[in-house]
Order: sequence, then structure tokens, then C-alpha cells
Amino acid sequence: MSEIKNNSYDQHRSRRKFLKGMAAGIGLIALPGNEASASIWEEFFQKHFRELSKDELKGVITRLEKDYSKKYGKQVTVKTTPPIEGVRYGYALDISRCIGCRRCVYACVKENNQSRDPQIHWIRVLQLDKEKGVDLSHAEQYYNPEKVPEKGHFYMPVQCQQCEKPPCTKVCPVQATWKENDGIVVVDYNWCIGCRYCMAACPYGARHFNFGKPSIPASEVNPVTHYLGNRPRPKGVVEKCTFCVQRTREQPGRYPACEEICPVGARKFGNLLDPESEIRYLMEKKRVFILKEDLNTQPKFFYFYAT
Amino acid sequence: MKNIWNFFTGTIVLVSKGSKAYYCWVITLLVLMGIGASAYIYQLNEGLIVTNMRDQVSWGFYISNFTFMVGVAAAAVLLVIPAYVYGWGPIKEFAVLGELLAVSAIVMCMLFVTVDLGHPERFWHLIPKIGLLNFPQSLLAWDVVVLNTYLVLNLTISIYILYSLYYKREPKHNFYTPLVLLSIPSAISIHTVTAFLYNGLGARPFWNSSILVPRFLASAFCSGPAFMLLIFLLVRRYTKFRIKDEAIQKIAEIMAYAMFINLLLLGAELFKEYYTDTVHLDSFKYLLQGLHGHSALVPWIWTAMIFNVTAFFLFLIPATRRNNTTLVIGCILVFIGVYIEKGMGLVIPGFIPDTLHEIYEYSPSGTELLLAMGIWATGLFVYTMLLRVAIPILNGDFHVADDGVGSFIGDEVFFSTQDSEEGTVVEEKVVVSH
Repeated sequence: MSEIKNNSYDQHRSRRKFLKGMAAGIGLIALPGNEASASIWEEFFQKHFRELSKDELKGVITRLEKDYSKKYGKQVTVKTTPPIEGVRYGYALDISRCIGCRRCVYACVKENNQSRDPQIHWIRVLQLDKEKGVDLSHAEQYYNPEKVPEKGHFYMPVQCQQCEKPPCTKVCPVQATWKENDGIVVVDYNWCIGCRYCMAACPYGARHFNFGKPSIPASEVNPVTHYLGNRPRPKGVVEKCTFCVQRTREQPGRYPACEEICPVGARKFGNLLDPESEIRYLMEKKRVFILKEDLNTQPKFFYFYAT
Repeated sequence: MKNIWNFFTGTIVLVSKGSKAYYCWVITLLVLMGIGASAYIYQLNEGLIVTNMRDQVSWGFYISNFTFMVGVAAAAVLLVIPAYVYGWGPIKEFAVLGELLAVSAIVMCMLFVTVDLGHPERFWHLIPKIGLLNFPQSLLAWDVVVLNTYLVLNLTISIYILYSLYYKREPKHNFYTPLVLLSIPSAISIHTVTAFLYNGLGARPFWNSSILVPRFLASAFCSGPAFMLLIFLLVRRYTKFRIKDEAIQKIAEIMAYAMFINLLLLGAELFKEYYTDTVHLDSFKYLLQGLHGHSALVPWIWTAMIFNVTAFFLFLIPATRRNNTTLVIGCILVFIGVYIEKGMGLVIPGFIPDTLHEIYEYSPSGTELLLAMGIWATGLFVYTMLLRVAIPILNGDFHVADDGVGSFIGDEVFFSTQDSEEGTVVEEKVVVSH
């Protein structure tokens, strides 16, 4: 796991001083009193999320909330809720129940402010042949019949597997993506340089890049956001499923949008550290498997057969 | 300080002088660079959506070119080893040209990576202490370190030697030898690290093969020297600089060995994949035969194979190696062959089929082609400028004037379309005063 090294206080200060100096220097070039340009420079010199002091973080959040609210014409909030102690999220999906309706895909798009044009989907549903079983080389993502489920097929939604040993965070050259203490892999969209090395490293195709400028109709924007989750993204950065960090970290928490919408109850979500949780029951009683086990990524997204 | 300034202004005056052919060449490059720059501005405004890269194939033409250029840069070491380690005269005379080629190639590498970034303005996040370089976890962080080290080493060595010669001083052995020795492992490291960058990804079986590093090195020692030989033959023909036949022969011989190892390793990889015939064969099938009706790379890779094998025999047989025409043909074949094999042929099948076995066929968009052309023009421009200064210095046509301040410029033409082998170029001697 990549951990940010604890910089000594001095180093930290000298960096801050250097950045401030640079900001002041270049800030002079920008038009004085022009609010928009000031915001651009603030964004340019913004530090890594985990290196922001409390005050700095407050400033960043205020700026983002102001920018988003102005852009979408409604009050947008940006939370920074930290992981809850003693919680490690796990997800289980019942393959015998899933009917391949893709409601989860679109609930996710809406909840997490994914770009509508160009389209970005964090969840992809694979249609597989019952005869062949879980064999990805026969998977079809673009099935489009009148009605699902189709005879002879079963369905397997794939999204970020929130690996215990995520290959994506290891390869990031600037530590813009990391695993939080509750096991969720997040991205700092203001730190990502857009090199897409993480996308090459992810074995599940769970990472998506904003090749174009993301667009969401203002009326459809979900205004309740988290800095590391569903806040609107700029173009040129990578994004991914966060198990709806803006919902699941709240107390009382809410289920991820995909779990909530599922019409057949195929999706289960809970705390892996709680022996009484539904997810622990499923893991102990059902036939469970994980995707690409041989790669030793240790997903916390489990597939199971309830019947 | 004064000396450095005089040297610098002297070089500016020097590069502004040249024959008509030289001007045409430089202006052509500048125009192509301008086209590339406007393509880049367009891409910056619209985002990488103007490329044909998508989530399934998330790296494309830019990273392919980057990978190939790292090989060219690393190959300069093939001149450095015989020249400085074994002290072999015929190559030592122009080893500095190889180092300058490395500099130009690294500049291209950096440009190719930069244009591939979604947020190039955040480059400072990569600077240790100021940003947060993920070293030693990320191989891309390693690449940033070794590429910059290699660039600085080659710049320091070549500029130091040329600067000393300009002031008619013998370059100090104690100063540059350690740097030269350091540049040898450094050259190997840039290519090793770049191979590791792909190699370390369990998600991509096509790259996750332990012979990827030796394959990279072997092909680099073909393509880099091929490019160098072509340039040296041009330089020898159209400028006043002389390069001995035996030096060129030696490089061609090394290329024959390197190409043999390259083909052997490729064969080993193909045997393993085809004989075991697991699901991991799909990428190779896509590359060599086409997969489920998708076969965009197939004609390219077979062209590359035929070129590489033909060139191998041209370099292996002494008669064709010694013949200038077949030598040039061989170099061109290797250059194109390896460009396909270690460029698109290596990067794209890593993504096809993608990790969920979707097939998205990729070919570069117009913007990608124009931008890449601009970067190639930039690389050639940088190398032309460096040679414009280096060759006259090595020839003794550019040095400090007798007053110790101005520069003596004895070569106002640089390259002429007349055959300079006869030494027909009229020399005008000019002293520029500052």
C-alpha cells in the first residue's frame, strides 16, 4: 500500500512557503480583483487532500461549494466526512437473483453525478451464458432485448471491487488515489494528473476517465456531495465507484444507490467487521466467490448464489 | 560566466547561418511544430476526447511513440561503451553525437508523455518535496526519475565536451569519465524501467511476461542504432564531418546480434502463448491473426516482422552490411519494423481485449497524428540545432576567436546538397565579434 510519508514539519513548511511564494508571484500576473482568475490560481496551487490543514480544507470546500452552486444554480454541498472507526465496507451480489435490468447503472449515474454526455457508467452489467458459466471471454455488455432476463443467460454487474490490495493506487505516480481506512478506494480529482496508469492497472475496468468535458443537466445534479465521491468532476481526471461514500459514511448512514434501487434484492451491503451484519451471514452461509482471485487483489466485492 | 555567455551568443549566431537547404529544412520543421502546437491547443480545449483513446484502450499513439523513443534514447549507450570504456578511436570521434541524439529523444519522450496527460498543468505534483511523487511505489515515478537523470547526464557530458573544445581546451578526463560511466547503467535503466511500467501489471497478461525487459533492450539496440546510422550517413554525405567506415560497420554488426536476440525472444514468447493456448492468448491472436473479426494491427505487425527478418539478414551477411545501399535499406527496415513492433504493436494489444474482454478497436485520430508529427518535428529540430553546433566544433570550424572573446565560424553552410565528399565546399572564414 502506498502511504504518504510523514514529512517533517520543516519540510512541510518550506513547501508551503514555496507554493505561497509561487502563488503570489504568478497571482500578480492575473488580473487584480478578478474573482474567477483568483479561483483558478487557488485551484492550481491546491495541495493534496490529505496534506491540507483544517483551515485550508475549509477554504477549499467553500470555494468548491461556491463554484458548483453558481454553475448549477442551486445550493451544492461538499462533505469531507471521514471513515467511521471500526467499519470496513463489503458488498455482495446475488448472481442467482440479478435480472440484468441495469437500474443500478442509472441510479448510480444519477446519484454520483456521472457525465451524461459523454456517458460514463461506473457499473457495467455483463450478460453471460448459463452454459459457459462465469467466463468473461463470452461476456456481452451491450445486450439490448425487449425484456430481461433472457433465457439461457445470467447477469453479472461489475463495478469497483474495493480491493484490499488495490493495484491502481500502487501505480499512481502522484498518490492521487488511495485506500481509506474503511476500505474504500478514492480519488482526489484536484490532484489527479490524468495519466491513466491506474486504468491500465485495474483488472476490473472499474476506472473511468473524463475524456471530454463532463456534462450534467443542472436539474439532474445531485447537490449532496462528498469531496472524495460524487462532487462534479473536471475533464481530464479519473473517477470510480466509492460505494456512495456520501451516503454510507453518514450516521445514520444510507445504502449505496445501486443497492437501494435493485428491484430483486440482489445487492447486499454492510460492515465486514460486524459479526452480526447481513454481509457476514452471507459470507459464512452462501457459496461466495470473488472476481479474478488469482490476481490476489483481494476484492471486498463478493458474488454469491443464494439459491 | 562571461565565457559561457560568449559561447552561448556564438552558438546563436552559428545556428542562424546555413545553406538554403538548411534553411528549408529548419523552416519545414518549424511549420510542422506549429501545426502540432495548434493540434495540442485544440486537444487542451476539448479534452482527450479528440483522440480515439477511450476507457477500454486508455493509452494509444502517444504512449506508443514514447515507448519507442525511450529505446532510441537508450541506444546512445552503444556508442558510449566502445568509445569510452574500450577507448575505440573511430567511434570516440563522434560519440558525442550519440549523446546529443539521446538528449533529443528524451525531449520527445517527455513531450509525448505530457500531451497524454489529462492535466499537464499539474506536472508539479510529480516534483519531489513540492508535489507528492509516489516513489518508490509507482514505476511511473521511477521513470520520471531515471529519464531526468539520463537527460541531465547526457546534457552535461556533451555540453561540457563541446564547450571545452570550443575554448580549445582538452576536456578533463576526471570530470567527464565518471559521468560517462554513470550514463551506461542509466541508459539501461530508462529502458528497463519503461518495460517494468508495463510488465508489473497483473491485469494485462500481454505485458505480464518476464522476458519483456530483455525484449525491450534487444529491440532498442536495433532501432536506436538504425536511426543513428541513417543520420551519420546523411551527416557524412552532406556535411564536412567524416565518420570512418569501420565505425559504421561495427554499429551494423552490433545491430545484427541485437536483432537476432530480439527475434529469438519474440519466438520464445510466441511459443509459450500458442503452445499453452490459455485465455491469455487472445491479445497475441488479436495482434497476429485478428480476434472475432477485429484485425486492425495484423497487416502492420506482419510488415514489421518481414522488415525485421529481412534487415537481420542484411546486417548478418558481410557483403550487404558493407554495401552502403543495402545498409541504408536495412536501417530503414529496422527503424520502421521496431517502430511498429515496440510502439503500437506493444501498447495496443495490452488493452485488447480489455479486462472484461470487450474489444474496442483503436487507431489514432487526426489530432493524435498531427500532434505526434509536431513532436517528431520538435525532436528533429532540437537534434538539428545541436548538430549545427556540435559538428563544426568537432571539425574545428567553430571555436573561440584569437581575441579570446568573439567566435570563429569556419562553416557557414552546415549542409550542402553538393556532395561534400570531395571537399568542394568553399570555406569562408568569418569572425563574429561581440
